[in-house]
Amino acid sequence: MDPAAVIGVGMTRIEADKRSDTFADMAWEAVNLALADAGISIDDIDNVVTTSNDFWDGRTISCMAVGDASGARHKNVSCVEGDGAFGAFYGLTRILSGAYGTTLVTAHSKGSESISSLITNAAFDPVYDRSLGLDMISACAMQAMAYMHRTGTRPEHLAAVSVKNHGNALKNPLAQMPMSLTLSDVLASEMIADPLHKLDCSPVSDACCALILASEDRAARCPAKPVWIKGVSFCADAYYLGDRDLSRAGSLTQAAQNAFRMAGINDPGKEIDVAEVYDAFTYQELMWLEAMGLCGDGRAGTLLEKGHFDVNGRLPVNPSGGLLSGHPVIAAGLIRMAEIVKQIRGQAGGYQTGRAKTGVAHGVNGLCGQSHCVWVLGEEK
Amino acid sequence: MNPFSTDVEPMVYESGINVPYSWWAGETAGRFFEGLRDEGIIRGTRCVSCGRVHVPPRKSCPKCFHSGTEWVELSGEGVLQTFTVVRRQLAAVRQPVPVVFGLIRLDGADTALLHRIGEVPADAVRIGMRVRVKFAETRCGNIQDIACFIPCP
Repeated sequence: MDPAAVIGVGMTRIEADKRSDTFADMAWEAVNLALADAGISIDDIDNVVTTSNDFWDGRTISCMAVGDASGARHKNVSCVEGDGAFGAFYGLTRILSGAYGTTLVTAHSKGSESISSLITNAAFDPVYDRSLGLDMISACAMQAMAYMHRTGTRPEHLAAVSVKNHGNALKNPLAQMPMSLTLSDVLASEMIADPLHKLDCSPVSDACCALILASEDRAARCPAKPVWIKGVSFCADAYYLGDRDLSRAGSLTQAAQNAFRMAGINDPGKEIDVAEVYDAFTYQELMWLEAMGLCGDGRAGTLLEKGHFDVNGRLPVNPSGGLLSGHPVIAAGLIRMAEIVKQIRGQAGGYQTGRAKTGVAHGVNGLCGQSHCVWVLGEEK
Repeated sequence: MNPFSTDVEPMVYESGINVPYSWWAGETAGRFFEGLRDEGIIRGTRCVSCGRVHVPPRKSCPKCFHSGTEWVELSGEGVLQTFTVVRRQLAAVRQPVPVVFGLIRLDGADTALLHRIGEVPADAVRIGMRVRVKFAETRCGNIQDIACFIPCP
């Protein structure tokens, strides 16, 4: 792959209910923060990719709600439905095609404006599944149960993810739910769907994130220090939950292996300095780390207890507080990428990790992690 | 980012998305539902190339991408692969909680069917337990023709 870089990132605060800002207002804020971060103007943007979902936005062709605010008027603008990490992948391929030197990628959503249980229920097949009444929480609860059964991971391990990530968010001014918790707080919180307590689940959130990608040539002309794309890959599993072994994430393993191979990484557990993974639920952080090969299968819970994944641990995971501390779906994966960029530049403030030369960011689309997109970002080309 | 201006009243446009929509089941799911409704039989499809048996049935094999499938009858008994007990009345859940959802791998099938688990205390449900189908008394040709899966005696 030809060298390409992230040259600017911008994101709004993640909030439970952004009453003062429309979708376009959020996009405007994130885009302008990203442009300022890169030290360029909207005239330097060759094309735009927005990421959104019509059901979440309550409108047909939801991307059109944010095009103007993203400076896309009179530019080539395209849309990805799904997670922002996948929008960024498309944005990157547009640069690699040679047609564009820069791509502005945005991703937005407002969970506060609808009912997430009904929106995610509509992800189930209408003919075979939907009327049964599952949604993202109940489906992921089944996955958590299968994962815990196979690996021996215990509720206390899950709770420790919540304690760590909400605690990390105390240092992140953009996080929605910074909290100082104990394991007992998590385990005593309402049981929503076994084995997931309320504090095992990410909150409903509103936010927008923007990221600017550039070719090698354009990155060199940009005032900001580029963060290089070392490897990237995405891979999808079967759609129907019953067609998969829900206790494993084979498509993530494949995506991660591809991305690490591109990046020349042989032992990700040792060579990756920081990770931002898609912790929509506590168990997912553990399961995804194992599937990515960042630790041994079934080992994440024990390593977590030993502080391995703390901000000052061997492999800091979700130092920003992760999605447990604020989960704007669609924007979530792009935020993971933006957080890794901040870490590599040394701009993560109170949650800056010690050594962050190479980091991994992860986005998910679909029920129970059907599709995974893995980005390896680094300080050096 | 900006707190709402104190001199602007927060206003909302209240609406909802309720667009009638009819999904044709297609011939494969149609035959599956006929079996549930008229015969009380759960059918799957076997890929003639890789031999994998899919329940619910598919017209082509999602695993090996082959188009040829043949119908097989399942016994209606199988193993619970995973489950959850939903305890909060989430908006998508249509019955009073607690409701148990599970993935049931029927004997002879290579994939699992998503459905409810019933006639058992929620706290007694276990991964690996054997369950069998219980059909609904009134059947209309859809997935609800299966009332739930219940523990085998």
